Amino acid sequence: MAQMTMIQAITDALRTELKRDKDVLVFGEDVGKNGGVFRATEGLQDEFGEDRVFDTPLAESGIGGLALGLAMQDYRPVMEIQFFGFVFEAMDSVVSQMARLRYRSGGKYQAPITIRAPFGGGVKTPELHADNLEGLFAQSPGVKVVIPSTPYDAKGLLISAIRDNDPVIFLEHMKLYRSFRGEVPEGEYTIELGKANVVREGNDVTIITYGAMVQTSLKAAEQLEKENISAEVIDLRTVSPLDIETIIKSVEKTNRVVVVQEAQKQAGVAANVIAEINDRAILHLEAPVGRVAAPDTIFPFASAENVWLPDENDVIEKVKETLNF
Amino acid sequence: MATKKLDKVEKQFEMLQILNEEGEVVNEKAMPDLSDDQLKELMRRMVYTRIWDQRALSLNRQGRLGFYAPVAGQEASMLASQFAMDAEDWLLPSYRDIPQLVFHGLPLTKAFLYSRGHFEGGQIPDGVNALMPQIIIAAQCTQAAGVALGLKKRGKKNIALTYFGDGATSQGDFYEGINFAGAYQAPAVFISQNNRFAISVPVEKQTASKTLAQKAVAAGIRGVQVDGMDPLAVYAATKEAREHAVNGEGPTFIETLTYRYGPHTTAGDDPTRYRTEELDNEWEKKDPLIRFRKFLENKGLWSKEDEEKTVEQAKEDIKAALKEADNTPKQKVTDLIKIMNEKLPYNLQEQLEEYTKKESK
Ligand SMILES: Cc1ncc(C[n+]2csc(CCOP(=O)(O)OP(=O)(O)O)c2C)c(N)n1
Ligand SMILES: [Mg+2]
Repeated sequence: MAQMTMIQAITDALRTELKRDKDVLVFGEDVGKNGGVFRATEGLQDEFGEDRVFDTPLAESGIGGLALGLAMQDYRPVMEIQFFGFVFEAMDSVVSQMARLRYRSGGKYQAPITIRAPFGGGVKTPELHADNLEGLFAQSPGVKVVIPSTPYDAKGLLISAIRDNDPVIFLEHMKLYRSFRGEVPEGEYTIELGKANVVREGNDVTIITYGAMVQTSLKAAEQLEKENISAEVIDLRTVSPLDIETIIKSVEKTNRVVVVQEAQKQAGVAANVIAEINDRAILHLEAPVGRVAAPDTIFPFASAENVWLPDENDVIEKVKETLNF
Repeated sequence: MATKKLDKVEKQFEMLQILNEEGEVVNEKAMPDLSDDQLKELMRRMVYTRIWDQRALSLNRQGRLGFYAPVAGQEASMLASQFAMDAEDWLLPSYRDIPQLVFHGLPLTKAFLYSRGHFEGGQIPDGVNALMPQIIIAAQCTQAAGVALGLKKRGKKNIALTYFGDGATSQGDFYEGINFAGAYQAPAVFISQNNRFAISVPVEKQTASKTLAQKAVAAGIRGVQVDGMDPLAVYAATKEAREHAVNGEGPTFIETLTYRYGPHTTAGDDPTRYRTEELDNEWEKKDPLIRFRKFLENKGLWSKEDEEKTVEQAKEDIKAALKEADNTPKQKVTDLIKIMNEKLPYNLQEQLEEYTKKESK
C-alpha cells in the first residue's frame, strides 16, 4: 500500500472517480492549470482534459449555481470553494438551492454535488481563510457534512461523497494536508457516510471529536493513559448526520463524555452531540458531558491562534474534571 | 448584427495613454495639471514603494512578516490614482492595496502589524478616511456605493474610491456595487487593476468581455480604460472621475491595464505554473518607474541623488516601522474577546475570565 499525505489521498480519490465515471466534473477557482492553491487537483486537467477539470470565473455563487445546473444535466459536479470562509458567497446556492432541490421538486430531482473546501486553524492564514463553519451547515437540513481526519479516511469518504446522490460538504483541514502520511490502498474503496470511527478503545471516558482535533484528542488520551485513565476516542467523520448508534454505545460503556471541537463553543456540532446524548442516554451518565471548544470570538488574527485553538491540555483538563465530578 | 454592435461598444474603450514606454508624451491634450513638485512626489512614492515591496518579500522569507501581496509593476496604477484623491476622500482597498492605504495616512507600522496578523494593524488612525484591507473579493464594491451615498446625503464634496482586481469583476458584488452607485448617482470611483491574472486564471478566461471597462455600460455609468503602467494617464483618469463624482455627475469605473511582477502572495504561489517568461518580459518593458524616470530626467526633475535619497529614506522608514512593530505588545486572546462587542454577553464575560487565567500562566 502507498504511503500518502491527505492532500495526495484527495487527489487520488478525485482521479479514481474521474476515471470511473465520465459524468464526474471537477471545477473551481485555480483548479485547472494551477492544480488548486493546495495542489489538490494537481495533474488532473492534464490527465482528463479541460472538459472535465476546469477553472471557473471568480465567483462562488456562480460556481454553486453552475453545479446545480450541471446536476440537472445529469453530471456529478465536484466543486471547490478555495477556502471555506468564502462559502458565504455561495450560501444561497448551497442551502437555499441544492439542499432543497429534492424537496421542492416533490422528490423528482436530485443534486449529487460534492463541495470540497479547505478550512481549519493553526496554519496562520489571513482572516476568513481558516474558520470552522461546519456548524452552520450541520444546522441546514438537506446537506451532509463530512470531515476526514486521516489520508485513508479522506480518500474513502471523498469517493462516497462523490457517489452520494445528495449534496455533500467535504471539509479538508489545512493542518492535516501535509502533516503526516498514512497507508492508502490503490483503486477504489468507500467509507460509509454517517458512520463514526472508534479510533481508540477505552473504558473510563469517551472523547468525541472530528477533524484536526482527532490527533489532539489521541495525544491527550496517550497522556491520560500514563495516569491510568483509559479514554475511548471517537472520530465522527461525518458531523451531519451524526452516527448516534456508535456514540450511544460508547456512552453506555464509559458513562462519561467529553466532546472536543475546534470551532467556537456557541451552538455548533458539540452542542448537538451533547443534546443527543442527553435525549438518549442521560441515565447512563455519571457526570455532565464536558465540552472543549474555542472561545466565542471571530476566528483570531493569526498571531493569537496558538492560545485560541483548543489543545491537548484543554482536553486532559476537561477529562479530569469529568472524572472527578 | 449583434457582433457589430459589440464592436462599437468595445471601440469606446480604447486605452488612455499619455506617456509611452520611452517616457515620451504622446497625448499632450490629456496631460494633467501637475506641478513639478507634484511630479517629483509621485515619482518618489513609486520608488519608495518598489523598495518597500522588495524588503517585504525578503522580510517574509526571513519569517519577520506574515501575509503579503506583492505590488511591483502596479505602482503607477496604485499610487497615481491615490494621488488624485483628496485627503478627506474615503479609500476602500483590497489586500493588495496597502501602499495606497499608507499614502492615505496609515502608518507603515500598522501595515506591518496587519501583515503579521495583529489586530492593531486594522486600527485606522483618527482623521484617516479608510476601511481595512478587504479579503473577500469585491465586497468593497457594494460598500463603496454605501460610503458614497452617505457622503452625498451628508452634502460632502468627497468621493469613495475603491480598488479591486480583474478577477473581482466576476463577482456579483462588483456588478451590484457599480449598479447601486449608478442608481443613486453616488460619488464613487471604482478602480479595477487588471493585472491580467486572478491568482493563476488569466483575464481572458474570466469573461468574454474584450475590456473590463465596458462593463460600466450595463450599469449606465462612465467607463474608462487606462494604461496602468503610465502614471500620468492613471492620474488624469482618476482626477477626472473624481471631479465628475463631486459635481454630482455620478460614478466612474476605471480599468487600469497593469501587471504584477511577483507571485500572487507570499503564501506559496508559483507564477511559473501559469505565466510565460515572454509575457513577464513584455510587461517589464512597460515598467512605470522606468518610463516616469525618463520623463522626469528629460525635464531635469529627477537625478541619481533624488533616487538614492528616496531609497535611503524608504529603508530607514521600514527599519523604524519594523522596530515599532516588534515593540508592540503581543496580541492576546483576551484583547480579542474585549473587542467582540460593545457590551460582552455572558459567554464572553466568562471566557474573558477563563482566558485571563490562561494567559497569566
Ligand atoms: C470571495 C473570495 N473568493 C476567493 C478568494 C481567494 N482569492 C484571493 S485573491 C484571488 C484572486 C483575485 O484576483 P484579482 O481580482 O484579479 O486581484 P489580484 O489578486 O490580481 O490583485 C482569489 C481567488 C477570496 N479572497 N475571496
Ligand atoms: Mg488580478
